[in-house]
Amino acid sequence: MSSNSNDEKIILEAKALEAWFGDFQAVKGINVHYFEKTINAIIGPSGCGKSTYLRCLNRIHEEIEGTKVMGEVLLEGKNIYDKSIDVVDVRKRIGMVFQKPNPFPTLSILENVVIGLRLQGINKRSTLLEIAESCLKKAALWEEVKDKLHSQGTSLSGGQQQRLCIARALAINPPVLLMDEPTSALDPIATAKIEELMNEIKRDYTVIIVTHNMQQAARISDYTSFFVYGKMVEHGLSSDIFTNPKEKQTEDYISGRFG
Amino acid sequence: MLKLKSKSQDALLFYILRLISILVIGLLLLIIYILFKSALPSIVRNGLSFILKSDWNPVEEQFGALPFIFGTLVTSVIALVLATPISIFIALFMCEYLPKSISRIVSLLVEMVAAIPSIVFGLWGIFYLAPFVKETLAPLLKNYFGYLPFFQGPSFGIGILTASLILAIMIVPTISSISRSIFELIPQHQKEAAYAMGSTKYEMVKLAIITPSISGISSAVVLGLGRALGETMAVTMLIGNSPSITKSIFAPAATMASVMANEYTDANTPMHIASLCYIALLLFIITFLSNLIAKTIVKKLSKT
Ligand SMILES: Nc1ncnc2c1ncn2[C@@H]1O[C@H](COP(=O)(O)OP(=O)(O)O)[C@@H](O)[C@H]1O
Ligand SMILES: [Mg+2]
Repeated sequence: MSSNSNDEKIILEAKALEAWFGDFQAVKGINVHYFEKTINAIIGPSGCGKSTYLRCLNRIHEEIEGTKVMGEVLLEGKNIYDKSIDVVDVRKRIGMVFQKPNPFPTLSILENVVIGLRLQGINKRSTLLEIAESCLKKAALWEEVKDKLHSQGTSLSGGQQQRLCIARALAINPPVLLMDEPTSALDPIATAKIEELMNEIKRDYTVIIVTHNMQQAARISDYTSFFVYGKMVEHGLSSDIFTNPKEKQTEDYISGRFG
Repeated sequence: MLKLKSKSQDALLFYILRLISILVIGLLLLIIYILFKSALPSIVRNGLSFILKSDWNPVEEQFGALPFIFGTLVTSVIALVLATPISIFIALFMCEYLPKSISRIVSLLVEMVAAIPSIVFGLWGIFYLAPFVKETLAPLLKNYFGYLPFFQGPSFGIGILTASLILAIMIVPTISSISRSIFELIPQHQKEAAYAMGSTKYEMVKLAIITPSISGISSAVVLGLGRALGETMAVTMLIGNSPSITKSIFAPAATMASVMANEYTDANTPMHIASLCYIALLLFIITFLSNLIAKTIVKKLSKT
């Protein structure tokens, strides 16, 4: 675990962020900022709005009918909810890995990785192959798939599919990567592999990861936020949150007396 | 004790299901047998060249089925070419662009079109579509594409084009409602995967909805084709029932179904009746083959 001094660059910031499903408010006034090239964990009891919050950060929340977002999310100082901003550009700069591995079933392993580049109009074969190799290596999947790049993405195991999705997200080189419980559907070995690769990708990316696994948060993250009922109860250095939480609720939760 | 009971229940269900499926298959075989028997005199006299002969003149006992096969295939293919893209657009529109509440109403309306009896389509075709084709559509097509042989010659309103249009309208609900239910099966997380990569809505639709649905869309199209091949009443009213093969889509023609509907009641020579049954048998085979071909296509597509 490394700690960062406060003079490091802020890359992403939420200001009074609120999110609704119809009349139901799932996220209630979140204010927080994230430093560049850190791993930030979000923990909290299930149903407390962690996923919804994360999905507001790349504007995926609005793809569900009847939802609403208020407040601001600043990416390098620019509000991604501003009317002048193209949502497509936002998502190219803030990548996402979902809870359930979701490779495109009709695409090969290789095509799954480079689809984001193709969407950006990059079609040169050598470039695509080069980026695919480097991203699959970063996602610790290269050795397992290098001989079958043209078989279906969905022919892989669950853990491999999730690493494929990580490679796919890395391929468009987003400065920020959101991960929503990426290991919750995986076995311990696959989980360990993904935790390992997070330490690698931290050198180039800022990661915000939702996890229901507190040990995981403690192991991999620099900062941790604790959510309850749509509110952020506490946010700080993981070393502080897990050893010396300021709030009683946080303490109860991490010592297992809550949720 | 308990186990035994559920086992015997399963066995009973199995026997009932087996009986029903045997009955259905038996019925099918019986229909084929009776058709074959009724067609036999014509099969014996005309042989397979029945398919290739193009003159049909019951008075002089000349029987060739080619004009009807031509009419059926041409009208069905034109109808499919027109209806498929429209149906896919409608299905996409209902799934992806309309809010759920409005989409439900639209889909209800589209399905109501499928419930309209064929004869009503026929009447509407005679009173509205045929004059429209004669006065507006045909002159327009002649104006822009008149150099092609398909768009030459006079239009009397009734003919291949009008019949194809009515067929297209009739199969749009079939193709679009099946396509819609296929699109609805696409999990939300697939769409979000596309969005999260920075897809525009159009790119998302292409990547996460159309591409994985190709085999499903193909089977929807085949069901539409099945309906178009066999459609009788509306086509009989609008195609002009002239057993001729022409290049122009404005010209009258006849389909396999329309000639049967038209001539069966006043067919009074045995050979005429047998020849109509021969056509019925051929229509049966064509529908069967088109289904078979489509199934193999679907199988191939869903494998890759
Ligand atoms: N599609 C939805 N429609 C309505 N309510 C939803 C939807 N998704 C989640 N919710 C509600 O929003 C709240 C937060 O959900 P979520 O963000 O998924 O929680 P978490 O990820 O912390 O488990 C929950 O109460 C949940 O029931
Ligand atoms: Mg969640």
